[in-house]
Amino acid sequence: MSAERPEDRLDPAGLTNPVPEGHSSNSRLERVLRSGRFAVTAELNPPDSANPEDVYEAARPLSEVVDGLNATDASGANCHMSSLGICALLTRVGYGSILQISCRDRNRIAIQGDVLGAAAMGVSNILCLTGDGVQVGDQPGARPVFDFDSISLLRALRTMRDDGMFLSGRKIKTPPKIFLGAAENPCIPPFETRADRLAKKIEAGAQFIQTNYIYDLPLFERFMNRVRDMGLDEKVYILAGVGPLASAKAARWMRTNVPGIHVPDHVIDRLEGAEKPGLEGKKICIEIIQQMREVKGVAGVHVMAYRREELVSDIISESGVLEHRHAGTGRRRKRTAG
Amino acid sequence: MYAVRRFAVRHSRFFEWVYNCFEPAMVLLDPIFRRVGYNRLEAPVVLFEKTVKGLLFDCKMCGQCVLSSTGMSCPMNCPKNLRNGPCGGVRENGNCEVKPAMKCVWVDAWEGASRMKSGDKITTVQPPVDRSLEGSSSWLRVAREMAEQKRATKEAERHAMAEAFPEAHLEEPAAVPLAYEPSAARPHREATESTTVFESGSKKEGA
Ligand code: SF4
Repeated sequence: MSAERPEDRLDPAGLTNPVPEGHSSNSRLERVLRSGRFAVTAELNPPDSANPEDVYEAARPLSEVVDGLNATDASGANCHMSSLGICALLTRVGYGSILQISCRDRNRIAIQGDVLGAAAMGVSNILCLTGDGVQVGDQPGARPVFDFDSISLLRALRTMRDDGMFLSGRKIKTPPKIFLGAAENPCIPPFETRADRLAKKIEAGAQFIQTNYIYDLPLFERFMNRVRDMGLDEKVYILAGVGPLASAKAARWMRTNVPGIHVPDHVIDRLEGAEKPGLEGKKICIEIIQQMREVKGVAGVHVMAYRREELVSDIISESGVLEHRHAGTGRRRKRTAG
Repeated sequence: MYAVRRFAVRHSRFFEWVYNCFEPAMVLLDPIFRRVGYNRLEAPVVLFEKTVKGLLFDCKMCGQCVLSSTGMSCPMNCPKNLRNGPCGGVRENGNCEVKPAMKCVWVDAWEGASRMKSGDKITTVQPPVDRSLEGSSSWLRVAREMAEQKRATKEAERHAMAEAFPEAHLEEPAAVPLAYEPSAARPHREATESTTVFESGSKKEGA
């Protein structure tokens, strides 16, 4: 009798799949990271459309090369299809999705509810962000919320998962099985305390970190030195953020108009001097990915490029970081990340 | 005022010292506050607190002051109201993403904290603010909370014997008494009993 009910044929949250020992979710990203392999995630830019095909079209080229697809949450305070909507679509076809939650647009009531909804739809990775201010977006007159900040949000979600309750103390019948992430921006001030803030994020519940764009390797190395000194690379998986620059002009524009992006002059000069700046931007990106592989404590890369999913897919393939993915060749490292 | 609040951050060490003298005094006053009534005290203290902290720190009276953990830089002046900052949008010159003419409140906070004795409190994860407490006195809240913690510690000490001998406590109520003991019931102890729970020296006693 019950087999006739259509909902019984569905198990979107994968409740019947047991979570692997020592893991906190069924996330592919978590499995890859815990196995010690170099992980790859990419950003999927949300369409201004209500058509699911627009999501799938953007996701297709990326799905073959990544362990998780970040669905941005109105990044830059611009309105697009919601991260939750996109993640729900992605999980339906079996892609690993990373739900992004920005504290700018929703209060604690909305967010805690969304997390249960997302987990029920099979979303198993959540990236907690503070979010850009509304002033940079397309609707600067909006009321900013910022009820949580990224760190209190992490702690709230960890409480939901580990203690099975809302912040009010009310019980959650089936807690969400989620792998928790946060962002970090190592290349902007205050440099000296960025690693301390990372420690705070780990303390709050972060299990993986995706950084903002990194074009300044020496500055990033300085940050990583501090991270390793504090032993943080043993407690969290760090995915370095990279992305191709289209031209010197675009790089300059990003530097002045997008909050939190640092592009050093020598990178801009290189683009300016190139015959085909687009190709040069791609080359620079591939080089950075390959250098990131060698940085101790970096567990993977996070590739971002606004609405250029094909290009991102090419960059990942050409960088060669996936060549070590054949069974049994993963570099195994002992990790204690919770 | 912006200039004064920047001054306060530069002298965070001094203000930390001032507050470290002020806080225990408030806690000591708790029995008096309770007798007068916290309800009656709220409005005048709010007025006073608002004036002093408004002048020094551009205090927004969130009612849940964490200045000691934020280098004396009030986090409610951050346009995103971050309680665990800074965000990822700080400008190259250390100014705020949202208000370019203002120094990032959290860049100041980490700087201020580095000058303070217990500056590493800035690494503590702070919860989101409770909006329903906005406009209330944080000082009175601290006095109540710390006094309550003291009482709780005393209570825990008093229960230690019962917890060590749980069966006896259940089977023979007089073996590990926890209830209030009138002074006449303690013939071998000097009568120093006072009426407030806060001062009552009802230490645990060998049964
Ligand atoms: S830059 Fe600093 S003050 Fe401005 S919103 Fe970010 S954390 Fe707050």
